[in-house]
Amino acid sequence: MSLWGWILVACAVGFLTKLLGYLVPKKWLTNPRVARVAGTLTIGLLASLTIANTMASGQTLAVDARLGALAAAAVALWLKAPFLVVVIVGAAAAAGLRLLGLP
Amino acid sequence: MHTSLAQSPGARVGLSIAVATGLYGVSFGALSVASGLTVWQTQALSLLLFSGGSQFAFIGVIAGGGTPVAAASAAALLGIRNAVYGMQMNVLLHPRGWRRFAAAHVTIDESLATSTGQSDPVEQKRGFWVAGVGIFVLWNLFTLVGSLAGDALGDPKRWGLDGAAVAAFLALLWPRLRSREAGAIAVACALATVLTVPFVPPGIPILVAAVVAGLIGWFGYRSGPDGEGLEPDIDPYPGEPGRAASS
Repeated sequence: MSLWGWILVACAVGFLTKLLGYLVPKKWLTNPRVARVAGTLTIGLLASLTIANTMASGQTLAVDARLGALAAAAVALWLKAPFLVVVIVGAAAAAGLRLLGLP
Repeated sequence: MHTSLAQSPGARVGLSIAVATGLYGVSFGALSVASGLTVWQTQALSLLLFSGGSQFAFIGVIAGGGTPVAAASAAALLGIRNAVYGMQMNVLLHPRGWRRFAAAHVTIDESLATSTGQSDPVEQKRGFWVAGVGIFVLWNLFTLVGSLAGDALGDPKRWGLDGAAVAAFLALLWPRLRSREAGAIAVACALATVLTVPFVPPGIPILVAAVVAGLIGWFGYRSGPDGEGLEPDIDPYPGEPGRAASS
């Protein structure tokens, strides 16, 4: 299936997941273990996406300007910068380090 | 007697959250076209998937060379929390008919957080709808602005857009790291990702990390506080210490 096809699948699954919450009996999802897994999944996936986008380059690990972007973003978050500012800081750090000659 | 909509605290908070969140649709739009999606594909994600974390996950996997299947899987797994939010909102709103579908579509971190932060049922409803619909409109508008701008920028690396993606993911994760356990889960999953990158196709390490996170969630369960890390990723009510952490 094409990229378009999987985009539509992701959209359908995303909507049905939201709708599920409105349709199932309350006690299903108030099961604390289910709620806990939903929470740990969210944290684990975001952590994985963060590091994969920082270090993965296909199937190899690379240390490059993206690591600088991660550090700069962490500092911005530490200083309680809003989301958009954090993103711009990340871009500026990566672009700046490349200007200095980093890959 | 309820206040008018103009003076409604729920609607006011919802509106400010809508503006702040809608604006960062710019970054999603720009990063999405940088990852290789077209402007229309990018817009389809904002219109139909409409869940920031899942949308960023989808393009994050594609940007790393992962398959569309892995991208859709990561997006689906990140959307599971929305089912839990939906159940919470159903208890507060009891939407019927078409409203139930509309409510489901705008059930995201921000609308839930805005609503549950109000105590009056009418304000809870107003907060949910104003935040949800407001973000939907602005998020889509700014996604388009971002994707058109990103398209015009050319080489994404020169502008550090890969660094922007890293920053965006860290910014989505950061507010959830409120406990030591949440931090430990993040480290374990990051480690699982780094260790598997050389051995499996791109995109798969993220799903390996999901399995690790799921196992920690399931088997690490003690009868302690539930829903670790399941607070929405924003707090619309800053200045009320402890509110978000206890929700």
